[in-house]
Amino acid sequence: MRATRKKIQNPWGGFLFVLPSIIAMAIFVYGMIGYTFVESLENRYNAYTTKIEFVGLVNYIELWSDPEFTHALSNLLKFTAVFMIGCMLSGLIMALLLEKGIKGEGFFRSTYLYPMAISFIAMGTSWRWLMDSARDDDATGLNYILKNIGLGALQSDWYTSEAGSMYAMALPAIWQMAGYVMALFLAGFRGIPDDLREAARVDGASEYKIYRHILFPQLSPTFLTVLIILGHISMKVFDLIFGIATKSYVTKVLAIYMWQTIFDFQNYAKGAAIAIVILLMIAVAVIPYLIYVNKTEEANK
Amino acid sequence: MLKKSKVAAVFAAIALAVSSAPASNAATDKQLEIFTWWASGGEAAGLAGMTTEFERLNPNTPFINASVAGAAGVNAKGVLVSRMQAGNPPDTFQAHAGEELSSYVKAGQIEDVSFLYKSEGWDKIFPKDLIKTLTTNGKIYSVPVNIHRSNVLWWNPAAAKKAGITKAPATLDAMIADMAKFKKAGIDGIALAGNGDWAIAHLFDYVLLASMGPDKFDGLWKGTTKWNGPEVKKAIGQFAKVLSYGNSSKSLDWPDAGKLVTTGKAGFFIMGDWASSQWQSEGLKLGKDYTWAPGPGTAGVYQWLSDSFTLPKGAVNRDAGIAWLKVCGSKAGQDAFNPKKGSISARTDSDPKLYDSYLQAAMKSWKKDRLVGSTVHGVNWGNAGMAAYNSAVGRFYTGGAKDSAGFVKALLAAQKANAQG
Repeated sequence: MRATRKKIQNPWGGFLFVLPSIIAMAIFVYGMIGYTFVESLENRYNAYTTKIEFVGLVNYIELWSDPEFTHALSNLLKFTAVFMIGCMLSGLIMALLLEKGIKGEGFFRSTYLYPMAISFIAMGTSWRWLMDSARDDDATGLNYILKNIGLGALQSDWYTSEAGSMYAMALPAIWQMAGYVMALFLAGFRGIPDDLREAARVDGASEYKIYRHILFPQLSPTFLTVLIILGHISMKVFDLIFGIATKSYVTKVLAIYMWQTIFDFQNYAKGAAIAIVILLMIAVAVIPYLIYVNKTEEANK
Repeated sequence: MLKKSKVAAVFAAIALAVSSAPASNAATDKQLEIFTWWASGGEAAGLAGMTTEFERLNPNTPFINASVAGAAGVNAKGVLVSRMQAGNPPDTFQAHAGEELSSYVKAGQIEDVSFLYKSEGWDKIFPKDLIKTLTTNGKIYSVPVNIHRSNVLWWNPAAAKKAGITKAPATLDAMIADMAKFKKAGIDGIALAGNGDWAIAHLFDYVLLASMGPDKFDGLWKGTTKWNGPEVKKAIGQFAKVLSYGNSSKSLDWPDAGKLVTTGKAGFFIMGDWASSQWQSEGLKLGKDYTWAPGPGTAGVYQWLSDSFTLPKGAVNRDAGIAWLKVCGSKAGQDAFNPKKGSISARTDSDPKLYDSYLQAAMKSWKKDRLVGSTVHGVNWGNAGMAAYNSAVGRFYTGGAKDSAGFVKALLAAQKANAQG
């Protein structure tokens, strides 16, 4: 038998195949977003209201005078800042170390990437034990290590201290995502032709200058990608924090507060408003990026 | 060809699964579909005991258990809320007795079952205080199967001996003094379970009761005792002192905190009496490895919570639901369930011989004590108030128990959330 490649005669054939997923997306993603938005403009403040009325933006305005919401929002912003900076720095440093093609690169690469393979809940449970706030003789986990290497003074309450909770909470998240960031940067470095470095060396550029003026500028699309990926992961963080501290006040972020508002308080309107706020925060980060990517792709065609 | 037929077979299988799934889930009018979060351990064993009793009385009604495991019912409540909203309720579901049911009542989603209290004689056999708490506007919406006590002090006699303590303290202030003695002996005064806030709120619930007494405490939920009044202020002061003697780890679940007591690392533990059945399942002996007393300052007061079952409106098989509720309230049903669950029967006529020494003592108190409800377990406030109450306590605790003014403000906000929710 000889396989003969036929031209696709019916251009609608392909469309037919994607149609189910287009319909599913339209209903279950965009339809549900629309439904949530409508819900957030109404007055379903509990499970038993039967007179559903349109109340406009009242729910959104009231969020700002709800101390628990502002607390969750500021927690989220602190978490995001530490998480993004921490991931970027450690990922970049790891990528720089591996970029030169050292021995056993494959081993280090996969070791750094492994944390990504662990589910947030399993990781949360282990980090809850690691970041236990017991001290000195009772110490376990990180405090135990600090005590035994003579850094006892550094023992901390970690995520259960009121002031530093979210910074500590970012530790496991950084631990998990740094390897991924490293992989992205490494791919970025590898995408830069060697000729450029060599040309720079021939022109007498120092190693620092090569990175500063040749390599990093070429990496800027990678930087942007990393920022966007980390940003949206951080905005919607739920399972990591729930795995570590469940619904504890001290580490509450928007996604946890939303879940609590809907299922514990059964305040559907307010929960929907929080959901939309989260969506908007992510959209602000992602949509300009998508526009930028589309434009550069158009330009490259 | 072979490949093609395989693909076709897979599609056919998927199609079959999709089309047959709803059919197998749809309840027929001859079965009982019950919704609980009891899925393991003593709880599941107790439920099995009641199920056997139900099947003996109703041999022609198959029993379907739609349980959603885990997280003390947190997951189950989520599923239940959406089923109720969708108008597809189970024939009966589990819920804490008391105000926790208020949102279902206000939504008109569950039925008044007071007719069963009359026909089965429960109005005489359950304690009067209990009936009074369960009744709203002359109607009762659930049937309690068990009673737990929340104001219990657990302690380790060996550790207490080391600290020079020979008997349980009789007042809250005496307890604080004893905690100082524990501290001197190098033992934490009280075991604290900070994870998720609720167990600390449970402790605060006890401190409120011990500090202001049952009348003022009841007033907090009825609106006659002010949250920003002097009684609450005093209680918060005492609560801060109690917390200062706690273990330094703030991230324990209650079984881990309990372990501090049974291993002699912490002195006291305020926890519901489910702690006892947990420890017995670990092989510890009541009276030797751990012992108990009524929460100091609350002797003669029984702070209770109860698991109960309801009769949802629009359920497929109302008769089966009623038959189940009859088993729940019956002596045989309750005595099959409770010894295994580690709780006492809500009835005043159950058989003490089936229960261990702690539970026997609890049964005696249940008959004669003044009854007040537990806030953290759904008796005094609805879901919204309860969640806000837990958050308020959690914030005070993680803030180092310093911000009393902020705490009062948060409690007032919780009261408001409860009124709205």
